Amino acid sequence: MSTPYAKLPAWADYGLIPLINLFVAFVVAGFVVLLVGENPFRAAVILVEGAFGKGTGIAFTLFYATTFIFTGLSVAVAAHCGLFNIGTEGQAYIAGLGIAIVCLSFDSTLPWWLTFPLAIVAAALVGALWALIPAYLQAKRGSHIVITTIMFNFIAASIMVYLLVGPLKPAASQAPQTRNFLAGAELPKLNWIIELFGAKIRSAPLNISFLLALAMAFLVWLLIWRTKLGYEMRTYGHSPKAARYAGISETRIIITAMMISGALAGMMALNPVMGDQHNVAIDFVSGAGFVGIAVALMGRLHPVGIVLAAILFGMLYQGGAELAFEMPAISRDMIVIIQGLVILFAGALEHMFRPYIQALFASLSPRSVGMEAVKGKGA
Amino acid sequence: MAQAAIELIGINKSFGAVRANRDINLEIVRGTIHGIVGENGAGKSTLMSILYGFYQADSGEVRVGGQPASIKTPNDAIALGIGMVHQHFMLVDNFSVLENIILGAESDALLKKSIVKARSELERLEREYGLEVDPDAIIEELPVGLQQRVEILKALYRGAEILILDEPTGVLTPAEADHLFRILRQLKEQGKTVVLITHKLREIMAITDTVSVMRQGTMVATRETKKTTVEELAELMVGRRVLLRVEKGEADAGGVKLAVKNLTVKDTRGVTMVDDISFDIRAGEIVGIAGVAGNGQSELLEAISGIRRAVSGSVMLDGKPIDLTGAADPGELRDRGLAHVPEDRHHVGLVLAFEENENSILGYHDDPRYLKGPFLNIEAIRNDAKDKIAKYDIRPADCRLKTANFSGGNQQKIVLAREMEQDPGVLIVGQPTRGVDVGAIEFIHKRLIAMRDQGKAVLVVSVELDEIRSLSDRILVMFAGRIVGERGPEATEGELGLLMAGVEHQEAAE
Repeated sequence: MSTPYAKLPAWADYGLIPLINLFVAFVVAGFVVLLVGENPFRAAVILVEGAFGKGTGIAFTLFYATTFIFTGLSVAVAAHCGLFNIGTEGQAYIAGLGIAIVCLSFDSTLPWWLTFPLAIVAAALVGALWALIPAYLQAKRGSHIVITTIMFNFIAASIMVYLLVGPLKPAASQAPQTRNFLAGAELPKLNWIIELFGAKIRSAPLNISFLLALAMAFLVWLLIWRTKLGYEMRTYGHSPKAARYAGISETRIIITAMMISGALAGMMALNPVMGDQHNVAIDFVSGAGFVGIAVALMGRLHPVGIVLAAILFGMLYQGGAELAFEMPAISRDMIVIIQGLVILFAGALEHMFRPYIQALFASLSPRSVGMEAVKGKGA
Repeated sequence: MAQAAIELIGINKSFGAVRANRDINLEIVRGTIHGIVGENGAGKSTLMSILYGFYQADSGEVRVGGQPASIKTPNDAIALGIGMVHQHFMLVDNFSVLENIILGAESDALLKKSIVKARSELERLEREYGLEVDPDAIIEELPVGLQQRVEILKALYRGAEILILDEPTGVLTPAEADHLFRILRQLKEQGKTVVLITHKLREIMAITDTVSVMRQGTMVATRETKKTTVEELAELMVGRRVLLRVEKGEADAGGVKLAVKNLTVKDTRGVTMVDDISFDIRAGEIVGIAGVAGNGQSELLEAISGIRRAVSGSVMLDGKPIDLTGAADPGELRDRGLAHVPEDRHHVGLVLAFEENENSILGYHDDPRYLKGPFLNIEAIRNDAKDKIAKYDIRPADCRLKTANFSGGNQQKIVLAREMEQDPGVLIVGQPTRGVDVGAIEFIHKRLIAMRDQGKAVLVVSVELDEIRSLSDRILVMFAGRIVGERGPEATEGELGLLMAGVEHQEAAE
């Protein structure tokens, strides 16, 4: 009775409302495009075609999506335990160090299918350890995880800069990055899958870590809804008091959840580092950790939603790049504005249209015909 | 014919598919005290919220003083002379009485003028209605009884002719409740109209002139209080006969199951909440702890169940000590046969966002019955939940439904089913029937007695004196963190009321 939101059918809740939010975001973005003197419809066409029109576009979209699936899952796992991990960015960045060590050590001796598992473990481990410190401080000292993880982003960035201009840089090089990896640390591309459907791909970085991301999405679902640990995390996330009552150790659950979150963030680094650039360069994460927050929120913290939201953001990245290329009046910053609008309407204003949709459904539902008739009389 | 202060004609209100009010007709006569009773979720609060402008009715008409009224916001209600005293006070804790009273009714940008005006007006009101409160006292330093008086003064200051009180006695001692009733009678004599919403039938009988009964969103009956009985009202509320007093045989108490000795507990601010308490509970008896809320009962329960650290003292479970100073793990205590139904089922006993079946293993999720290695055994959990739903008549019988969508009584049954079905040696229960409807109260009381008859040691903490008296074999009264008396179940309400107010305790101390 006191619930402000009556129930909607699941398809409306998870399908219709996000679509409406997205639509509104694009309408508003259209006005922005109009403002800079371009045709918003043409811009929309370029954006969508850029992302999905050609094989290359699709491959790029999925490449970006891979990154966002990892960071989105990372944010979601922590969020299920009631923790806001803003440190995904830093955890992913520092995980590049773990990957660098593995790849630089083994790329000349091992084949990729041996280097890859080692790199996965190294990336996950370094990411998890980087999350461990803020988690420990939260659990034992009550230092707020949002503050500490933000701080750890800066620390990670500083360490990586130091390493990439110093110890990890080849002596003769001018660029702040490691030497390029050899074939033993290059991940196989997945472009052939898209080519199976008849599309042509010039060159695109979509690689096998996309499959790893999908596997992780499944494992996260399993963890959250099917394991005892996930049950404990959700209990703590919804009500720390209930968790205390149930005998769940606060320290253990915070640290475990954050380390899993950090491990997922760390795995994100595999995609650009081993799948695309084949070296660890400065700022290779470039904000993907923060996009992960939006992806997780938009995906309602559910792995399926996260995969879909990650593909949407992949589309915005890829299509946005095409748009900036095709329409010179639309700069990179415009793309960021459009992405911001999507986050605003799909994330922050998620419930804006809900009451109207509910009223609509209520008036269509047979059970409240009486109410409708009464309304008719009043009018 | 007496003039109607308020008339409600054909009021309908739905929330989604839930019809909270259906076709309600009600006439409240000026200068009377009109009671509205009904179980939780019967639609009482919704109806009053419509009257006070929190909600809009989907259809129907409200008339105030014979004139059709459109009440869109609480301000409209206030302008029409309707005042409301909420169950949870709407006061600013660190403001003075006077500041709270003028809040929202300031007449100027600067406060001075309003305060001077309010002070003289307040003096008049206090004289007229016997509502003495120090205008300069800070709210958080006042006892709840006085805070409630401030709420009433707030309404009167705004010129209320019709006063709605929502469950006003929930937080009061019997003596404070009596005082409130005196005030309400005085208001009535001065020609004010009082609407009293409650689920306590005794209060209805004691003070109202007319009583209306609501059930499942409809107004099922309106009676003259003189011409009805508690039994009739209870039957109207529930729709069937109910047992108001639990029937139980003599206790057959065995050996000591739980021994509490010199227990002292402090709250998070470092204030001593439980002060050197000792008592025993034997197998096969129910020990009730009576007391006004906030006298250390909650902290006592939390310490015994391992949720809160104790400062000193010991608790022996089956003759073996519980490590209280090192924050005993509630999970370990469960393994040792101590089950706990917490006072706050919304935040502690249940996770409202969970499905019913997920809550039916909360705290027992380590039990191998519910697990397959690290995975939850979903099938076993759901089957187990279905068994409990059938056994405890939890409605709706859907173990996949979100717990927040169950009524208070059914939520409490979910917790009770979980804790009782583990067959614990000791069961400690906080506020067994808070926010639970009459029908479920009967069920819960019967279950607790059945536990006792199986030889379990049961500790019940409740602010409902009736409940304590009808369930307990021994009654301990807590006041200011201490046990100030032990009585048998035959103790009178007056006697316990005095103990709860700390009267005897203070006399003894002097």
